[in-house]
Amino acid sequence: MINTSKNRVVITGMGVVAPNAVGVSAFAKALQEQTSGIRFDPQLAELNFGCQVSGTPQITEELLLENFTALQLRGLKASGLVYGVIAAKEAFADAGLKIAPKEEALSEIGIIFGTGQSGGEKFREAIHLIDDGRVRRLGSTSVIQTMTSGISAWLAGELGCGNMVTSNSSACCTGTEAFLMGYERIAAGKATQMLVGSTSDSGPYIWGGFDAMRILPTRYNEDPQNASRPLSNDAAGFVPGSGAGAFILENLESAQKRGAKIYGEVLGGSVNSGGHRGDGSMTAPNGKAVQDCIQLAMKDAQIESKDIDAINGHLTATSKDAFEIKNWTEALDRKESNFPTINTFKSLIGHCLAAAGSVELVGAVLQLKEQRVYGNSNITDLHGDISDLVDAAALPLQTKNMKINVLAKASFGFGDVNACVILKKFDRLET
Amino acid sequence: MVFLSSIEDINMQENEIQQELFKIVKVYLPQDVKEDAVRLDSHLMQDLGINSAHLVDIALDVEDTFDITLNEKDMEEMQTVSDAIKIVSEKTA
Repeated sequence: MINTSKNRVVITGMGVVAPNAVGVSAFAKALQEQTSGIRFDPQLAELNFGCQVSGTPQITEELLLENFTALQLRGLKASGLVYGVIAAKEAFADAGLKIAPKEEALSEIGIIFGTGQSGGEKFREAIHLIDDGRVRRLGSTSVIQTMTSGISAWLAGELGCGNMVTSNSSACCTGTEAFLMGYERIAAGKATQMLVGSTSDSGPYIWGGFDAMRILPTRYNEDPQNASRPLSNDAAGFVPGSGAGAFILENLESAQKRGAKIYGEVLGGSVNSGGHRGDGSMTAPNGKAVQDCIQLAMKDAQIESKDIDAINGHLTATSKDAFEIKNWTEALDRKESNFPTINTFKSLIGHCLAAAGSVELVGAVLQLKEQRVYGNSNITDLHGDISDLVDAAALPLQTKNMKINVLAKASFGFGDVNACVILKKFDRLET
Repeated sequence: MVFLSSIEDINMQENEIQQELFKIVKVYLPQDVKEDAVRLDSHLMQDLGINSAHLVDIALDVEDTFDITLNEKDMEEMQTVSDAIKIVSEKTA
């Protein structure tokens, strides 16, 4: 089952900024208790959005001062940068890693930290100044706050990472893709540790386009906690969210030598694209490619479909949820009572877009570590096309303890892109 | 102030300018440079270790504080705290 030709890779640190909790232990409690992070969003209401609810992380002044100097906070408007830095620093400290000394970078630690687009609000401020002929008034932080690689560049400086430092971007797959890219780099022996994850801004400038596409729920502005209804017969669109998730992935040998805490092992995974062919388009997934991605992930991880105990799906609360379940049943050749337990956290946190994969992966790893699955909230009745394929028991409504040896996590994104990761419980005795 | 003699007036103004400039510069000091390191003849980059990108921000803060506009030549000449005082004094005179 273990691929001996590659270095084994484990997870030794995690950090998260989510709509319903900030910090890994608070997030575990919020998922366990199925606490919603969806709130009425006055700014969206003010701007006449159809959807006036969002999943926006609650960042305290205290937390900001812990993670940023007073100088760094001056004119800092890129919320995604803020979330990413907080989550990444938590993961780095959680793994017990030490910041580089002043004169020398950590050449064995790299960063792949993705985002969709950075600092929309900062960019807006810059556009106004530029259009007024006052470009010289932009100041020095406009570039770092609005460039896609701003987050990985910022973290490289704060921590002193000297291996590969980059930011990937693949819409809702970004976080899961970053995780896999980091895994591959360690597996190939090109780094010892990789800080991986993704982040996504809050606010009207990042969410506006989705509101215009009429794919966000509009009937729950007075009832925010019920707005996000994945898997349900009355699913009404995805709730816009934001946040960041971060991991330290590490060569198993190094982790054991350091005596590091190990959350779980990364067995492998796959990323691919449907190329907008078949049923695929810019906005819809090519089902064949989704199934290929899941099967390639299993092949890479050297497991069989029967080995999968639990799935954390993409499942956004649009009409595509049933299509996703159908693709899982066909890719795994498992259905009805034979279908593995599956859940989604989006009912509690909304769709965190570029941060979705990484925030949800933190939850998925917590499930593996704690041997439980967190409940699916807000299902009135299971969508008919879903109950035709799998038993309702596979979609627990309440958090429950269960034995999970292998867990699959997938993200499917705008642009017809897919990513699937296979994680395994880490058992010290087995090594 | 209008009753003061012109020389005292200028001294008073320079003193105020100096205090305001010290306040501006201190914000941009690297974490390992103490605030009392800021002196009149301190070179902003060489002595105080201020990041060159932040010189741009210091210039913007100076413009906002004294309600003046700095041109390319002013920015180039603003190497030390006393350079800045001289430029601001001329512009606010």
